Amino acid sequence: MRFDSLVDSVGHTPLVGLPNLSPSDDVRLWAKLEDRNPTGSIKDRAALSMILAAEADGSLTPGCTILEPTSGNTGISLAMVARQRGYRLICVMPENTSTERRQLLTMWGAEVISSPAAGGSNEAVRVAKRLAEENPDWVMLYQYGNRANADAHYRGTAPEILEDLPSITHFVGGLGTTGTLMGVGRFFRDHKPDVRIVAAEPRYGELVYGLRNLDEGFVPELYDASLIDSRFSVGPRDAVRRVRELIDHEGIFAGISTGAILHAALAQAAKAVKSGERADIVFVVADGGWKYLSTGAYEGTIDEAEERLEGQLWA
Amino acid sequence: MTAATPLPIQSPKPKVKPDMAVEVRIPTILRPHTGGERAVQADGATLSAVIDDLEKNHEGIKERLLENGQLRRFVNVYVNDEDVRFTGGLDTEISDGDTVVILPAVAGGAA
Repeated sequence: MRFDSLVDSVGHTPLVGLPNLSPSDDVRLWAKLEDRNPTGSIKDRAALSMILAAEADGSLTPGCTILEPTSGNTGISLAMVARQRGYRLICVMPENTSTERRQLLTMWGAEVISSPAAGGSNEAVRVAKRLAEENPDWVMLYQYGNRANADAHYRGTAPEILEDLPSITHFVGGLGTTGTLMGVGRFFRDHKPDVRIVAAEPRYGELVYGLRNLDEGFVPELYDASLIDSRFSVGPRDAVRRVRELIDHEGIFAGISTGAILHAALAQAAKAVKSGERADIVFVVADGGWKYLSTGAYEGTIDEAEERLEGQLWA
Repeated sequence: MTAATPLPIQSPKPKVKPDMAVEVRIPTILRPHTGGERAVQADGATLSAVIDDLEKNHEGIKERLLENGQLRRFVNVYVNDEDVRFTGGLDTEISDGDTVVILPAVAGGAA
């Protein structure tokens, strides 16, 4: 496959079967390998889509500074695209994210502003919104509320899956900005409405939730609950256990959030087996494990890994 | 072979449906209502009944969770890790031994 440039190669990722983790010939699991994108994560799709949309509507012009709250992956994707197109990029990132993500952002040319660990991504969003107010000439693409984020999956991720696997019955994705699930969900509601859309959301430790007041929580502006059918909260223990099963049984080395997504996918598979229904369950491998090696999730016992992840934004 | 089957050591479960005892995990922000406890026990056949039972022992907690008879916007409740907004909301059925987790809505994921 030949492309004119790196950004032209975003998307069209492989869909691979999981012969060993699938419970039977009638209930099959399929992994959409989004780590095969240029910077190694699904976020390349959203980043490119948001930049192209902002260029098209005139809000992003040559020499602009882009500002974005990110736990890392979207920032890395934006940095890759921005540098090639001549934009400056400032990322607001929680300080309790892995060191690899910080190093990669810097390497791709982004400037990083740290937000306090307590509060996690909520806090990064708050800090970024304040900076945007103080610097009105900066362009905040704002992945949590930018329709172009979801559109990337409506136009790319979802039709690719349907083309490769017309018999799909379930789609399982991670819930962060909600962009993947909203775009894929909307596509299937329009084109194959019997496909069930399942969300896996990471459940962090006390530090992330500790200071949250129940009146000032955060729901991404993109989120539309009518586009999903069920939503699972997955803690670090199950995520780590599954991410290890994925490498042990299928040879796929994925990031920790993918473990959470696989956990929800396997729950759907178990339900289908129990009710005697056929199922083709597609789940997202959001990124590879490389950026998370320093978290300690990939060595020692599950107990040790779980303990090390406490207080980290592991997904 | 049946002759060799040993008698069960434990008596069989009673046929009468017992109260549904569940563990409810309480977020930091609500622990003033539970005397600092991270998890408390409650009874009820539905989530609504469980919340009413919580309120009996931990006054004021219901008002923090509900508004006009609905879950507050930034309150997420999970029964066995599944978001109740997709399983019937406050009418979600509760079974003995289920785990109920209450969490504030936060930004998450590998964003």
